[in-house]
Amino acid sequence: MHQASPPAQTFTQRFANPTRFMALSAKLLPWIAAAAVLLIAIGLVMGLQAPVDYQQGHTAKIMYVHVPAAWLSMAGYSLIAISSFGLLVFRHPLADVSAKAAAPIGAAFTLLCLVTGSLWGKPMWGAFWVWDPRLTSVLILFFLYMGLIALRSAIEDEALASKLTAILALVGIVILPVIKFSVEWNSLHQPASVMRLGAPKIHPSLLWPLLVMALGLTMAFIAMHMKGMQNEILRRRVKALRAAEVQQAAGYAAPQAAV
Amino acid sequence: MNAFRQLLKRDVMLTFREGGAVGTALGFYVMVITLLPLGIGPDLNLLARIAPGLLWVALMLAALLSLGRLFETDLEDGSLDVLATAGLPLEAVAAVKCLAHWLGTAVPLVIMAPVLGLLLNLPLDAYLPLVMSMLVGTPAVSFVGGIGAALTLKARRGGMLIALLMLPLFVPTLIFGIETVAGAVVDSGAFWPSFLILSAISLASIVLAPLAIAAALRLQVQ
Repeated sequence: MHQASPPAQTFTQRFANPTRFMALSAKLLPWIAAAAVLLIAIGLVMGLQAPVDYQQGHTAKIMYVHVPAAWLSMAGYSLIAISSFGLLVFRHPLADVSAKAAAPIGAAFTLLCLVTGSLWGKPMWGAFWVWDPRLTSVLILFFLYMGLIALRSAIEDEALASKLTAILALVGIVILPVIKFSVEWNSLHQPASVMRLGAPKIHPSLLWPLLVMALGLTMAFIAMHMKGMQNEILRRRVKALRAAEVQQAAGYAAPQAAV
Repeated sequence: MNAFRQLLKRDVMLTFREGGAVGTALGFYVMVITLLPLGIGPDLNLLARIAPGLLWVALMLAALLSLGRLFETDLEDGSLDVLATAGLPLEAVAAVKCLAHWLGTAVPLVIMAPVLGLLLNLPLDAYLPLVMSMLVGTPAVSFVGGIGAALTLKARRGGMLIALLMLPLFVPTLIFGIETVAGAVVDSGAFWPSFLILSAISLASIVLAPLAIAAALRLQVQ
């Protein structure tokens, strides 16, 4: 611990300091939020002006919210899993803040995906809900999010709650592919058409609004996540200050109690 | 290995002697299977078609009921601390606990299932595949459920929470358990793929779940 020059910090170590994170995120957040608003606005206009699907009519435009929400629901869970790994293995001080902040946002996007999906499903399939494998696996993903939030809120000791929730998140990320595999024996959905080898199967006039919307909603996710992390850090500081205050007050009271 | 066997013997004996945990699980299983036809209606053809699913789902719920107590009693009386500091690694302790749960609760439930199948007009050629799929699939229920038991050890309202946490994780077991039965009834050739995947899920959870359980227990035993 008496080195003349500290060892070079890695990228993640440099952001381990909550104060530095607060300063940096305060600078970045307005730009990311503005980019999110702008991109979503452009994406919505582009999406509404995109050619109408000859089979599905205007309902196909739900895709511009539904598909990005689906992608963010999975990205959110991956983010929680990576943060949990960072907490359990590297004890990164911000990892737990990140995992905690990401859970409700990811759950919200998963719910958005489910709601838009069932609104789209009513005219297409004739029912708000069909037990289509992909719907089912998104629903189960939603339950996993609920489990993470419920477990964290059920344990009083916050440090313990963080670590146990992290274990659950890692268990979830191991089982999630198995769940997807088991549910998707045979699917009603079309196979992946944007992210696949070779040219995308979807026409560019529909693809561009989708990509802009996906980017915009991703920016919105990042902005909300950053704000959530800031709030969590502030909440912890307030809690620590209160605890110190109580301790001080108890320190004055203790000698009297001893007498 | 001797410690492993002794601990297993202790835990299985405790399940059978202490508080009638097995009896409660079996009673719950019988009650759910009795109530379902009352709710669905006594259409024997319909019941025969959905019987494997009902038997599997009710079995999971019954197994969940007893999972909450898996580590709780040992934490309360301090024997978990002793086990954590004893020679056996905590992973092995976790594996013994889950194995004891399987032997003491899951196997009796599996034995009960064909009897309840009679109530649901389960087709005759589905009995053997049902029991086989349950025998092979329930270790996954006990071991994955053990993770939930370890995670909710110090949680408030742990009993309800464990169901919320663990039921989504039981989905693969449930699907392939039922696919096994369906495959055997419709066409005997479809039995093996689902059966083998079910076995793989069980084996993987036997290997991996104790790691997660031990990690969770280590945080709570000091």
